[in-house]
Amino acid sequence: MSAIAAKASEGTLESGQPHHDHAERAGASKRIIAGYGFWIFLLSDIVMFSAFFATYAVLVRSTAGGPGGRQLFDLRNVGLETACLLFSSFTCGIASIGAQTQRGAWFYGAMAVTFLLGAAFLGLEIHEFAGLVAQNAGPTRSAFLSAFFTLVGCHGLHVTAGLLWLLTMVAQVFAKGYRPDILRRILCFSLFWHALDIIWVGLFTVVYLMGAAS
Amino acid sequence: MSDEQADADTQVTDTAPGDEPVEGASHAEGLANYILGLGLASLLTCVSFFIAQTTLVWTPSIPVALTVLAVAQMGVHLIFFLHITTGPDNVNNVMALAFGVLIVFLIMGGSLWIMSNMDHNMMQAGQTMPM
Repeated sequence: MSAIAAKASEGTLESGQPHHDHAERAGASKRIIAGYGFWIFLLSDIVMFSAFFATYAVLVRSTAGGPGGRQLFDLRNVGLETACLLFSSFTCGIASIGAQTQRGAWFYGAMAVTFLLGAAFLGLEIHEFAGLVAQNAGPTRSAFLSAFFTLVGCHGLHVTAGLLWLLTMVAQVFAKGYRPDILRRILCFSLFWHALDIIWVGLFTVVYLMGAAS
Repeated sequence: MSDEQADADTQVTDTAPGDEPVEGASHAEGLANYILGLGLASLLTCVSFFIAQTTLVWTPSIPVALTVLAVAQMGVHLIFFLHITTGPDNVNNVMALAFGVLIVFLIMGGSLWIMSNMDHNMMQAGQTMPM
């Protein structure tokens, strides 16, 4: 009996999971609830992106006599962006393992690499946008380009927000340590970052690859 | 005894998305999962970029192939990075995902269907829309 009680208190310390009391038995841990709630938010974000995707797909041929995707898109640049985001997703996973096992070298190192790859992605995207505007293919040129800048720019804004969040999480771990509430925030951040990569998969397929192939 | 069983029950009822699937599983296993996911995702990405630029396949089949590859890669990301599985501890996450996918299909498929229909009907007389 005392062994069970000891095990129970251990569980409380480790995961904050309610247990044993009849009223609490069905309750999930705070970590599961926070993750589930953030998952719902991410799905709503993906639904918002689907509206932008639908807009883009409807307007993709409305070039108003201007350049289309075939003339504008540079697949080498897109390949580099994709590699940056995919590897940053991987290092973000390593950072979350580092946070769970409380190994500072893993956590800080992987977060630093994630930040650099995310910043490289943003730099490449800004460079591409500047190049398009310079060759008179800015968002005001045609309905196609308006939809393009809205869709890709919205994803870029998400990545920017993700980078700021990443810095916040590193600062919080540095100042407060691996507390359960900080670990929950890191879980939500890694979900956000992985979801951005999933949206990018749809984006480079629908916008860039299909645009260059058609 | 029954307390222990109940405890074990609460352990498997739910998993947060993005969490390691089994509590107490070794973290080397978690790392191996991420490496496998990275390998599969890289492979699918490379095939996508190759297919988009190649002239080896019948051209009209390229968008279909790209769609299939993208869906496969999203599946890889969901399983290996977000740890969404079909296990009994993941039912809530999968149900939310299924609802999200339904809405995404309704918005995208519905928009494309309706707009192409309108486009078709308005272009019948050979006129262009004043825009």
